[in-house]
Amino acid sequence: MRKVSIALAGAAVVATLAGTSAFADGHLEKAIEARNAQMKLYSWNLGMLGGMAKGTVEYDAAKASAAASNLAALSAMSSQGMWPEGSDSFAMEGKTRAMPEIWTTYPAISEKGAALKDAAAKLAEVAGNGLDALKGGVGDVGKACGDCHKQFRMPK
Amino acid sequence: MRGALLGAAALGVLGVAAAWFISAPARIDADDLPAQAGDPERGAALFAVGGCVSCHALEGAKGADRLVLAGGRAFRTDFGTFRAPNISPDPEAGIGRWEAVDFVNAMKFGTAPDGSHFYPAFPYTSYARMRDEDLLDLWAYLRILPASGRANEPHEIGFPFSVRRAVGFWKLLYLDSGPVIPVDAELERGRYLVEGPGHCGECHTPRTAIGGPDLARWLGGGPNPDGEGTIPNLTPAGKTISSWSEADIAEYLKSGFTPDFDTAGGSMADVVTNTALLSDADRLAIARYIKALPPVGPAE
Repeated sequence: MRKVSIALAGAAVVATLAGTSAFADGHLEKAIEARNAQMKLYSWNLGMLGGMAKGTVEYDAAKASAAASNLAALSAMSSQGMWPEGSDSFAMEGKTRAMPEIWTTYPAISEKGAALKDAAAKLAEVAGNGLDALKGGVGDVGKACGDCHKQFRMPK
Repeated sequence: MRGALLGAAALGVLGVAAAWFISAPARIDADDLPAQAGDPERGAALFAVGGCVSCHALEGAKGADRLVLAGGRAFRTDFGTFRAPNISPDPEAGIGRWEAVDFVNAMKFGTAPDGSHFYPAFPYTSYARMRDEDLLDLWAYLRILPASGRANEPHEIGFPFSVRRAVGFWKLLYLDSGPVIPVDAELERGRYLVEGPGHCGECHTPRTAIGGPDLARWLGGGPNPDGEGTIPNLTPAGKTISSWSEADIAEYLKSGFTPDFDTAGGSMADVVTNTALLSDADRLAIARYIKALPPVGPAE
């Protein structure tokens, strides 16, 4: 009888653990994947614009405008559900560098998001107006990115 | 027996006296300084290289407020919490009553005007490599910045690190004004900026058990001394920077963009705010020195 109850208790513990991790793996990891994908798209489009600003890619007004519009669209996109509580760098170590301060100092992060949205919208307006206009706009977007990474992203 | 005891006691006294003597803070006299007035304009450039605002400006200060060096930023380390002091020209709260020689003694020897040791959270192990002329220029610039009456808060340090005199022994081990690595003449500018005023090694070089820079692993990266995460290895054995070109490193120090258009984060974002103010030539000099580092692997 005693053996059976121990076995049952053990099974219950295992079931609980499995249940918890299945929940974590599904729900939180998908949200992390989604926001990482958004970051990848930022980086891809910024790569094009930054290459032109640096002089490693030839300036092309049409291409610059297209990439800058993408950035503006990305920054205006609703990221609802992508930042669930518990999906921080301590709870999900190794899977995300999003620091818990995102949630403990909320809504500070939404101000940073708004700053990026503004900078990206301005860049989209000027990216086609020549290389100098592009350089200034890219610099401001970079500052907005860095501002958020500085406060809310764990160093590697 | 009595004689032996006396002898031991005498030796003990001698030992204590010797220890007191060798742990004494080093300093120079005003006469030892080059006879020149500092140039605040050149000092401003050194101020950017050193990133003085990153530690001494009030946390969160923006724009012109970054030049008010009121202090207060806390550094939580394994040895306790250190607080950056007010170094504005305020005569009471800041360092307004200091002379140039007091500043040089602080920067090169970690010695306060009252003769006590500063804790090495103040990176004089790097500044010790600075030229006196540069220190005078930097001093001239600090003197013209706005004053702040913000009073300093004490450090929170546990025993035995609370014994300031012991910092003297630490300095015997780690305070050295010589260059860290030998380089060719054309890399000397970069070496000076990185090893001296830029004090890159303070974060990017791992530390020994008693908090000294482990020079055998120069710029090899390691745990963040003041927070979470890891500081990257800058040497050719590192995972990240080794694949960057000189131009990539110089660009990163200017705009904060990595070659794949990620941006600098954490405390490096503050560093880039400062290095963005350097000349292109100096940023390239830093990059060339970093590409020439001996490989140290692979603590990342």
